[in-house]
Amino acid sequence: MSDTQPISTTAAGPANGAQIVPPAASGGVTQATVVSRTAPKTAYRPADVSPQRRVQRSYSVRLWAVRHSRALEWFYARFADIFLMLHPLWNRIGYSRVEAPVTFVEKRVKGLMFDCRMCGQCILSSTGMSCPMNCPKQLRNGPCGGVRANGNCEVEPDMPCVWVKAWEGSRNMVHGDKILDVQKPVDQSLRETSAWLRVTAQAAAARDAAKAQVSA
Amino acid sequence: MTSRQRDEHPDGIDRPLDPQPGHSSRGRLERVLRRGEFAVTTELNPPDSADPEDVYNRAKVFDGWVDAINAVDASGANCHMSSVGICALLTRMGYAPIMQIACRDKNRIAIQGDVLGGAAMGVANMLCLTGDGVQAGDQPGAKPVFDLDCMSLLETIRIMRDNGKFLSGRKLTTPPQVFLGAAINPFAPPFDFRPYRLGKKIAAGAQFVQSQYCFDVPMFRNYMQRVRDLGYTEQCFILCGVGPLASAKTAKWIRSNVPGIHIPDAIIKRLEGAQDQKKEGKQLAIDIINEVKEIPGVSGIHVMAYRQEEYVAEIVDESGVLKGRRPWKREMRSDDQLVADRLDHILHDDIVETQSDLVKTAH
Repeated sequence: MSDTQPISTTAAGPANGAQIVPPAASGGVTQATVVSRTAPKTAYRPADVSPQRRVQRSYSVRLWAVRHSRALEWFYARFADIFLMLHPLWNRIGYSRVEAPVTFVEKRVKGLMFDCRMCGQCILSSTGMSCPMNCPKQLRNGPCGGVRANGNCEVEPDMPCVWVKAWEGSRNMVHGDKILDVQKPVDQSLRETSAWLRVTAQAAAARDAAKAQVSA
Repeated sequence: MTSRQRDEHPDGIDRPLDPQPGHSSRGRLERVLRRGEFAVTTELNPPDSADPEDVYNRAKVFDGWVDAINAVDASGANCHMSSVGICALLTRMGYAPIMQIACRDKNRIAIQGDVLGGAAMGVANMLCLTGDGVQAGDQPGAKPVFDLDCMSLLETIRIMRDNGKFLSGRKLTTPPQVFLGAAINPFAPPFDFRPYRLGKKIAAGAQFVQSQYCFDVPMFRNYMQRVRDLGYTEQCFILCGVGPLASAKTAKWIRSNVPGIHIPDAIIKRLEGAQDQKKEGKQLAIDIINEVKEIPGVSGIHVMAYRQEEYVAEIVDESGVLKGRRPWKREMRSDDQLVADRLDHILHDDIVETQSDLVKTAH
């Protein structure tokens, strides 16, 4: 009977096989160090590279965007105006129908420039043009306490902290003090949707409401 | 009859105190701080066990020396007894725990539930943290949640308390009455943003903050100067984090392995030069306390003595920060003695009483 039992397998090998049990940590060494030291050694060790680092090997474009935050702020303001001017067009085609192509473009453009993660509620202009979703903790309100002395991330030792960069970028911007606003939690149901269209639709609605109030 | 201690409910040590005007919680820590007394908090090293006695024994060493005890939420992303569990045990015994909530492991649904549960158990203080990344702990394969961040967590609890609503807008029948805390780290870049970040936390709801380990007093003094200039010390109680270093070796290890803790070379040199490094580490903590307590705007200290908890009482005593004040301590009361005698009688004396005997003794 016993050989019909299903065998549970983990990444480290069969779970009920000979397991290496990490001993308890002693003074000066964390349990984490003990765990990683006792992990089985093989030539191929992808676990040593964090998932984020595997996807993202270079930060130069992202850092360029932060250095040019003032120009990008100016450009985005014009761009948003054009999008708002096109509101009747979007409305005629239907926002839901135009969503897919706009998202396609937005994802690629912002992905190239800011390593955008498509949270769908862009706050780049409040964060010095440094995308906060690239923070491993996805902080949207400022740096955590773990920033290294050289200004790099605690989780990704070779990545400059996105919030150190955000602060630098915001200092160059006209409305840089928007970094001091407290941001609401991310609405995860808006992931992979277009922030450009949402902002446009909201601005149009606000404009219409203001007009209605004036005429009333 | 022993006289009742200040900040203790007459009907039982585990009961919340009477509400006071201008206070948002019914706890001891807020009373101490609002009276303008120099507060002392500490951290309980969470056990890796399911035995409540482990928690009680670890809390006992702080008796009469601290105003509140932090119940840490898997600090350093290492798995331990949960902060909710520790708080449940501590509140039963009348201690004033500060329930830490880290955003790493729980989403907004779980967190709001824990806030209600904690407040119902009598937790009067909650400390909102982002939490360390999972890569720092003993289970680096875990899924990092980070649904909220410390700022939106503060705001969520403030909305629950002040507006009586969940984040979704659904009404609470009884809002949680809690004193809200947050953490600050003045010792990590970007340094000129750090004071504004405290301002953001105050705007989000922080009423007290505990700082990261302070080993660089001039740096902390500069930070406090800027915080005072911005007027934040009137809106928030600032507790400075201090703690003993066990040796120069530990200090070096912490410096290179624990992000966010800044230890200047002078400190390490001082430890290396000492005969008894452990004793010197303790003296160093006392010296730092004596310096930071004089900085205007510092309302208290947060003593973090990881695996050196037995030194907390000595550090607090020798630095004299309490100025003769005695924080709440679990004490035997006259009625406790009555119950103990009665129980002793029932358990140990061999008695066979009939109902008629009982009536006779009653009269």
